[in-house]
Amino acid sequence: MVKSLLKKAYTYFIFLFLYAPIIVLIVFSFNDSKSRAHWTGFTFKWYLEMFKDRQIMTSLYYTIGIALASSLIATIIGTIAAIGIIYLKKSLRSILMDLTYIPVLNPDIVTGISLMLLFILLKFPRGVFTMLIAHITFNLPYVILSVLPKLKQLDNQIYDAALDLGATPFYAFTKVVLPQISPGIFTGFLLAMTMSIDDFVISFFTTGPGVSNLAITIYSMARKGVSPKINATLSLLFASVVLLLLIVNNRMTRDNNRKERTV
Amino acid sequence: MKFVLRSLLVTLLAITLIISLVGCGSDKDKPVLKVYNWGDYIDPSVLDGFEEEYGIKVIYDEFATNEEMYAKIKAGAGDYDILIPSDYTIKRMIDEDMLHKLDFDNIPNYKYIDSRFKDLAYDPNNEYSVPYMWGTVGILYNKKMVKEEVNSWKILWDKKYEKQILMLDSIRDSIGITLKMLEYSLNTKSDKELDEAKEALIKQKPLVLAYVGDEVKDKMIGGEAALAVVWSGDAIFAKRENPDLEYVIPKEGSNLWFDSVVIPKAGKNKKEAELFINYLCETEVAYQNADYIGYASPHIEAVKMLPDELITDKTAYPDDSDLVGSEVLEDLAGSLVKYDRIWTEVKSR
Amino acid sequence: MRRSWLSFPYLVWMIIFTVVPLALILFYSVVKIEDGGIFLTMGNFKRVLEPIYLAVFLRSIKIAIISTSICLLLGYPMAMILASKELSNKSILVVLFVIPMWMNFLARTYAWMTLLEKNGLIATFFNLLGIELPMLLYTEGTVILGMVYNFLPFMVLPIYSVLVKIDKAVLEAAEDLGAPPTIVFRRVIFPLSLPGVTSGIIMVFMPALTTFVISRLLGGAHFTLIGNLIEQQFLTTRDWGFGSALSVVLMLMIVLTMGFALRYEKENEGGGLW
Repeated sequence: MVKSLLKKAYTYFIFLFLYAPIIVLIVFSFNDSKSRAHWTGFTFKWYLEMFKDRQIMTSLYYTIGIALASSLIATIIGTIAAIGIIYLKKSLRSILMDLTYIPVLNPDIVTGISLMLLFILLKFPRGVFTMLIAHITFNLPYVILSVLPKLKQLDNQIYDAALDLGATPFYAFTKVVLPQISPGIFTGFLLAMTMSIDDFVISFFTTGPGVSNLAITIYSMARKGVSPKINATLSLLFASVVLLLLIVNNRMTRDNNRKERTV
Repeated sequence: MKFVLRSLLVTLLAITLIISLVGCGSDKDKPVLKVYNWGDYIDPSVLDGFEEEYGIKVIYDEFATNEEMYAKIKAGAGDYDILIPSDYTIKRMIDEDMLHKLDFDNIPNYKYIDSRFKDLAYDPNNEYSVPYMWGTVGILYNKKMVKEEVNSWKILWDKKYEKQILMLDSIRDSIGITLKMLEYSLNTKSDKELDEAKEALIKQKPLVLAYVGDEVKDKMIGGEAALAVVWSGDAIFAKRENPDLEYVIPKEGSNLWFDSVVIPKAGKNKKEAELFINYLCETEVAYQNADYIGYASPHIEAVKMLPDELITDKTAYPDDSDLVGSEVLEDLAGSLVKYDRIWTEVKSR
Repeated sequence: MRRSWLSFPYLVWMIIFTVVPLALILFYSVVKIEDGGIFLTMGNFKRVLEPIYLAVFLRSIKIAIISTSICLLLGYPMAMILASKELSNKSILVVLFVIPMWMNFLARTYAWMTLLEKNGLIATFFNLLGIELPMLLYTEGTVILGMVYNFLPFMVLPIYSVLVKIDKAVLEAAEDLGAPPTIVFRRVIFPLSLPGVTSGIIMVFMPALTTFVISRLLGGAHFTLIGNLIEQQFLTTRDWGFGSALSVVLMLMIVLTMGFALRYEKENEGGGLW
């Protein structure tokens, strides 16, 4: 009893820590003043203005599009790669793992500039495509680092047993292995999304004219002051994600209930 | 299996989303102008107006610092037709042959630019650039916390204000004002003068609350510190939000800065770019921009149209006498390494 | 050896988009471009070894180690709670854990300032209660707080995803055999979760080592960190050679440490890190 209370308290504490600044951000999206330093009154005007700002709206589209595409592609390549890495010879494996750390370790500016130089060298026209490649590149390690521990945990014999029982490798993989490692894949996907949505420096150096994400727009605003329009945009983004989650959650619980009833 | 299919579907969706975004808005026949500017540094309706009047499509992007913009253009990663960098960056770009000479026959409205702002050190014969906005660096202070008269950089070394001083986390600006405090040029390459500046900065460090960047205006508006080194543009904004604040250009002189419009050689549409510069210099447009941005405009006629309280505010439009001893930042080329080293030493104590 | 070919697409990707750019950085670190000629030089590396820059390295490593440890201490229990079976909608809770990081970094950090400032929300709240707080912003503690805040999910999630699939039968067996909870944790749960912990540590420590915006905004930029120094070389001083040398040294340092860790692990477990 005490233990579960303690657990609850700890969870609330951590979530308060994580959400405290988000609450501030949302509250200040209703602040009349252009500065975050003081509160001058309640207003909805930033929400209206944000829709009129074409810089914010297009960069929001690019942010979401690139985040979804890059993290999905990275999740697919990364998961497949992780499975392969497990079976690599030890020496090759450790080399590949060292390579995996590099995008995590390199300061963004180094990754950004070196990728920019590469794209120029290869004569890739800079734009959405190059930015997508860059995002996939720095997302991949997060997927691999999330999936590998799950694979290590996996009991290899299960897969072999499935094969012995006549399953095709593909069937055995999707029905036996995939469900086992899915928490790792999910984690990798989430972390990749997080990295992609929040990246400024690498995006800045790998994009081309006419394409920018929300982070670039926000950092560029810093000199003149980050507009409360940004707070409004982020608050709205936050609200939509939470709403989406609630819907998914509802459906999941409904499905679960139905399953239980049929059982 | 369902999972795999579903994620593939979403990927496809996301990619189509992006591609459709790229696709839209590329009216093939219209000429295009690619503009690269600071964030929130133009009235959006000016861009619309230009597109309508000349039937040219504007692709508009924003950067956060001169340095990032320069690194990108220098590497050849952006074929922009119009850039709006600051003075010392322009100097460097001129020296490295990255800019087109302007054909002033195509920019008749150049005549409206105040002659005080022509032929400056970064572009001595004024062949490459047209001033867009200008300003100074000075001290922003809170009258409730600083009771004495502020007129010298020396106040930033006064122990009375321990932990109430905000310096800029910017190599050139912070070392620059220290050199000015010592009554040297802020473009000095002399080891002896730089050494003195280093000692002064190390001595000052315990008094400094923080080395800040763009967030300085919010800090001062919120009364977090008594004194701060700021750009005049920030000062104008901060004073409007908090009437206790006052801005002064110290008597030793300061840094006079310009953001000017230039045409990089990387671009492909010089004619359209000159048309755009000329458009920016139209009185009505320049006025609209000055009003929107809130910084000081170099356009004589546009300034006349601004409300009186803005023009009489010495923060934005200082008298000539306030600017005595002020200098424009020059590109230091090789000597920049010395500045970098000093800054690292100050920051490692 | 079967199925190792699955890693080849990734290998090719990494060679094109990581190894080649890395080679470019290496190239910049050992050459000097002067008057049209390109000369080989070790000057940049010699400069890295000067005491002033070593001090920057040490300070960055110290702060990264502290932040990573706090993330682990705070994150492990959280991961255990998230993985525990009492929770019905785990995946939702896990998503809720990362959403704050989807709000832009700069906006989030500004919000922290609003909370921590002298006249900020926390200080104002305690003032109303009659408690005078010391300065919360611009200390080393604030920098660590900022890092823990930004990197905590990267510690919790990998640990969670490993914990959630630990075979409950193993735990029950240990309990049935009379092992007290602390022993079950030390002998069974923790060792089984080690791969997740390793991933978490890597994903927190490495970015913590090279981030600098946190220390600039929340720490008042009183001290240069390694990421800061590198950024300065690439942008402000435009000394790409020195900047590249700094990052090459940083990389070597980490890869070597990881190499030792790997060997150490091999001797102990005979299995390698993965």
